Amino acid sequence: MTTVVKAPGEAAAEKKRASATGQPAGKRKSGSDGMVLNVFSHGFLAVWGILIVLPLIWLVLGSFKTDVQIGESALSWPANWHFDAFPRAWNKGIGSYFANTLIVMVFSVPLTMLLGSMAAYVLARYPFRGNRPIYYFFVSGAMFPVFLALVPLFFMVKRLDMLNTYQGLVLVYVAYSMPFTVFFMHSFFRTLPTAVHEAAVIDGASHTRIFFQVMLPMAKPGLISVGIFNVLGQWNQYILPSVLMQPQTGSDPERYMLTQGLIQLQYQMGYETDLPVLFAGVTIAMIPMLVVYLSFQRQIQAGLTSATLK
Amino acid sequence: MSHVVNSKGRGGFIAGFLILPLALYLTFVIWPYVQTFGYSFTNWTGQSPTFDFVGLDNYSALLKDEVFRGALLHNLLLLVFVPTVTILIALFFAFMLNAGGRSGAGGVQGVAGSALYKVIYFFPQVLSLAILAVLFGAVYRSDEGGLLNGFLTKLGLVDPAHPIEWLNEPNFVLWCLLLVVVWHGVGFYLVLFSAAMQSVPKDIYEAALLDGAGRAQTFFKVTLPLLWDSVQTSAVYLGIAAMDMFVLVSTMTSGQFGGGPDHHSEVMATVLMRNFLYFGKAGYACAMGVVMLVLTLILSAITLRATRREHVEF
Repeated sequence: MTTVVKAPGEAAAEKKRASATGQPAGKRKSGSDGMVLNVFSHGFLAVWGILIVLPLIWLVLGSFKTDVQIGESALSWPANWHFDAFPRAWNKGIGSYFANTLIVMVFSVPLTMLLGSMAAYVLARYPFRGNRPIYYFFVSGAMFPVFLALVPLFFMVKRLDMLNTYQGLVLVYVAYSMPFTVFFMHSFFRTLPTAVHEAAVIDGASHTRIFFQVMLPMAKPGLISVGIFNVLGQWNQYILPSVLMQPQTGSDPERYMLTQGLIQLQYQMGYETDLPVLFAGVTIAMIPMLVVYLSFQRQIQAGLTSATLK
Repeated sequence: MSHVVNSKGRGGFIAGFLILPLALYLTFVIWPYVQTFGYSFTNWTGQSPTFDFVGLDNYSALLKDEVFRGALLHNLLLLVFVPTVTILIALFFAFMLNAGGRSGAGGVQGVAGSALYKVIYFFPQVLSLAILAVLFGAVYRSDEGGLLNGFLTKLGLVDPAHPIEWLNEPNFVLWCLLLVVVWHGVGFYLVLFSAAMQSVPKDIYEAALLDGAGRAQTFFKVTLPLLWDSVQTSAVYLGIAAMDMFVLVSTMTSGQFGGGPDHHSEVMATVLMRNFLYFGKAGYACAMGVVMLVLTLILSAITLRATRREHVEF
């Protein structure tokens, strides 16, 4: 697939380096062995890259085709570039699903971060009776599958009269994001230096003030990591909204989240045989993630890996 | 809330900061978890407010439930294959990225453009499973409009009159879903392993190279042992994902909450949801939730034990 040709200057430079290490024979051998391996690895890596990108591009192209063209052959290029599937998808509900997801997350993410950090901070830096049990109590929630809670959770939210409401889903998202947020921020707050805290105390700052004006700003890198984790987790959540966000009466409006709405659109377009609309809907849902990912890919990769390894 | 002096108002501060997070967590997470155990011993339908205590009836019914047993088997199959396949591919690519380059005086190097590869591979991770479900639903379409069938037809491997019904073929459906999970996961675990590999000091590799170790030897004798912690964590995460599978199965396969054709792709989560929201057997569904919990805990414990090795400090 990709062939790598060594530039003559580069090869000479390598030879010079090899002789400089005083091991020309051994180096030359591993060098040529590395050459073969290099072509080999680029080949494999490129194939996997294509396997990732190709289906995505294919799907996006589908939103410019007609339904007939999609059904006839997968390998066709859009005959005439139709853009009308995008406004149709937006009006079929993608627009409102988008808005619903944003409304929930505008409240759920900051609330998760605030409440999670508050609990983690107190548990990390204030020794008191019952500290450890409460910490383990918080963290243990991450070990249980969400399916364990699903049935009673549904009836709990129903009893609070919060089925198919934004505030209900916000509270549930915050609660289910708590174990991981507390776990991660706890380890983060522990690493912050005590000297700054002591200085603030001497200056007469209250506990609350120290938290908001000293500790929280210092914990910014940790907050960003957990923030990314929570944003992706809540944006992509499917099981909780599909149980909790269903219209309760005939007049109750749909408040589907984007993930739920896409699946809804899939069923609908299966009946109406309008696949370009479905593909356009998925494309619209994918674009913000692609933009956010490409702009913050370093932080996202680092955030998610550190969040997993901690 | 509190005032100036350190010791004063400390208790109030602690309580004030804990009360809201704890209350939310107790109400929506812990209490439902606890209730599930209670409901699993009842014949509650979820509709009527009354129900009877039926002891272990739900659990013995579960043992006889062919659909649930099939689902359990599928989860176990996925549990073996999802982590193994994903981790092997991710390790392979991580090693390629970090050590597949030409050897120079600095020892083994990563391939050129490894940053670009990582950006591309990781992208599926930020897409929701719902998007993946729609995407791969289209890829696996059972006519020439599906990417796979269209491609295979062009190559002449598939007769256009009889394209492969990927998701309706009892023997294929589970493996088709497995491929989606692997496609989704490899990039993330590759970046994870890659980060772990880069935290290994370079001089360890150099020492191995000076001792005349080849690349394969370096990988198995040096890299892998140093990565063992990350591999173990990944196995647990992937195992938990394999116990779930709800989104993909319920949206990509046929049947109420998926599981088709004829229960060949059924997993415990889809059986649970069908019993709860479709058949109205809330108590029975709770018993399934408990079984899922017990299995998840056993399996994480086994993974952690089986993969326990001596720690290498560096």
